[in-house]
Amino acid sequence: MDLRPTEAQEAFRRELLTWLEHNLPSTPLPSMDTEEGFAAHRAWERRLHAGRWSVVNWPERYGGRGADLMDWLLFEEEYHRAGAPGRVNQNGIFMMGPTLLEFGTEAQRDRFLPRMASGEEIWCQGWSEPEVGSDLAAISSRATAVEDGYIVNGHKIWVSRGVWADWMFGLFRTGSPDSRHRGLTFLIMPMDAPGITVRPIRQIDGETGFAEIFLDDVHVPFEHRIGGHDEGWAVAMATAGFERGVLLRSPGRFRAAAQRLIELYRAGEGDEVMRDAVAGAWMDTEVHHLHTLWTVSRLQRGEAIGAEASVNKLFWSEMDMRLHATALDLLESRAPLLGTATEAVDAGRWLDGYLFALAGPIYAGSNQIQRTIVADRVLQLPRAPR
Amino acid sequence: MNFGFDDDQLALRHTVREVLEAEATPQRLRATWDAGGFSRHLWGVLADVGVLGLTVPEPCGGLGMDERSTVLVMEEAGRVVLEGPLIETVAVGAPALAATTAPARDEWLAGVAEGKLVMTAVSGEPSLAATADVADLFLLPSGDGLAFATAAEVTLVAQPGTDGGRPLSTVALLEGTSLPVRLGKDERELAWDRGALGAAAQLLGVGARVMELATRHARVRHQFGQPIGAFQAVKHLLADSLVGLQFARPAVYKAAWSVATGAPTRGRDVSVAKVYATDAATAACRAALQVHGAIGYTWEHDLHLWLKRALSLSSAWGTVRWHRRRVADAVIGVRPGCS
Repeated sequence: MDLRPTEAQEAFRRELLTWLEHNLPSTPLPSMDTEEGFAAHRAWERRLHAGRWSVVNWPERYGGRGADLMDWLLFEEEYHRAGAPGRVNQNGIFMMGPTLLEFGTEAQRDRFLPRMASGEEIWCQGWSEPEVGSDLAAISSRATAVEDGYIVNGHKIWVSRGVWADWMFGLFRTGSPDSRHRGLTFLIMPMDAPGITVRPIRQIDGETGFAEIFLDDVHVPFEHRIGGHDEGWAVAMATAGFERGVLLRSPGRFRAAAQRLIELYRAGEGDEVMRDAVAGAWMDTEVHHLHTLWTVSRLQRGEAIGAEASVNKLFWSEMDMRLHATALDLLESRAPLLGTATEAVDAGRWLDGYLFALAGPIYAGSNQIQRTIVADRVLQLPRAPR
Repeated sequence: MNFGFDDDQLALRHTVREVLEAEATPQRLRATWDAGGFSRHLWGVLADVGVLGLTVPEPCGGLGMDERSTVLVMEEAGRVVLEGPLIETVAVGAPALAATTAPARDEWLAGVAEGKLVMTAVSGEPSLAATADVADLFLLPSGDGLAFATAAEVTLVAQPGTDGGRPLSTVALLEGTSLPVRLGKDERELAWDRGALGAAAQLLGVGARVMELATRHARVRHQFGQPIGAFQAVKHLLADSLVGLQFARPAVYKAAWSVATGAPTRGRDVSVAKVYATDAATAACRAALQVHGAIGYTWEHDLHLWLKRALSLSSAWGTVRWHRRRVADAVIGVRPGCS
């Protein structure tokens, strides 16, 4: 056990800090859930890529640095500490990318990974349907096999960044209607394919963060299938594992928020009850950081995490809620003010963060589903009769 | 960076687990409770397998290990609710003793490793120490430092408590005694952190073991025609307990590293560990009791042995409240009413 960074890790950190110092936008980018903000975030991805910082843990041939997960954690730590922009291509670089690295053909990797790394192609995920949320194996959007691929019909919804994204990945029914997880296939498609209609949906914060996608006879060639026919479930579960596990929500993001929370507290009158709550929020982010280090060390020793990713998702989603609820408590009567209010604190970012945190226990598999997964697969409790 | 244990450390844990599972059974623990909370036989076994000499320097007959190894042993001790002052002797006492220049230092340390010299230390207010009635050497607060006293130099008043494997007494120095063997303020803080770390590690073991008991019970106990573990209300209760324990564990290991390496964040890291281990173990115990229902509330069932240890360790070496405050002092700094 040695928790000190190596000389190489320190050098990596210094190089990153120097780059960030010269390249960070001087003012915060507009929300990525607006057309202007989406474009600004895409431009930022290009800039990151030019510095080879967009996907540090990917192989060099796809635009990464071949860094290990420990280096990636260091990257995330400094990236968020510096207050750098959110990642508009998170569904690509943290979910689809690792999926292609594990399940894609060489041709698929060569075609998609470099453009994902550069932000040239931004990805969204098409899993939920109007009647399919937690019960993902009940997907009904159908992909019918034809001579040169699939013809896809159906309806996807709650597609984050679906309004402006370039590509979508998703699960589609290829087996009989009651084939559950045995009859699903993982397909990808460009959002400008004929037959795709996108309808923006305003989110709780008023922005058009997600979309619903109507698919009418969309043609998907075989080379846009990831994994085998009817074998999409295993691919999707790996993708979801990346989301729930270490990749999507790195400790750096929460640690930076906890540090800002401490500053917010210090700027106030120093209430004793709130002091304990602020320390509690900081401690949550500290143990999340340590748990991630522990997990990454296990992965680097060749251990598999599997369903334990759900343990992590439960913790970070609820931690994020507690942290932002504490911030709103500190703001007292100013808590509901939008950034445009003259009395708003920190340009309304705590309210934004709170509203964003509200989604955490819902997306990437609701926390109720995660608890059942933990009980069934980690604790090996008897399955409930369905 | 490498956050994990090496093969030797894992082998040590494995050996200790095998010995404790054979020797430290609930039946034997109950007999020890009835006999006053200490078993010479078991203490001798711990000496024979090297556990009592883990932190004794090698020239004095020990293994000279630090917290990166002992944390795993403490976790194992918690799993079996091991009785006796293991934290006070191995985690706190021997390293403190090794830092002195007492004339009897080497002899005392050799005695610790051989199991002939039992130590205890004050681990809470008002001057409470565990298993003091059999201790030969006491570590007591003195001024802003620590002092060592022999059994002949103290008076004890037993303070009966709920955990029969960790019986408490108040310790007072006999009038007119002067204690020549002393340690300073820094050593006192270090000793306190070692005690809190030991308690946190044992709490992890307590929590892990009660989770096993609860999940086992949830698999075999049937109601409404199915195992109760198939009900979501039970599943989610136990899942939440597991989340708490999984996140407490790396915090305890980090604290072990910080104590062993003298990291500047030592106090803060130990406090985070004690807070999360206490909260997680307490939640796991309560979930386990709930899952067991009335049978878990009996004297006859073993579950209460773990529940009571969780309570006694929670209140030793700094409460959650004390440790939360120390974290707040470290990361926020300003305290209302203080300039």
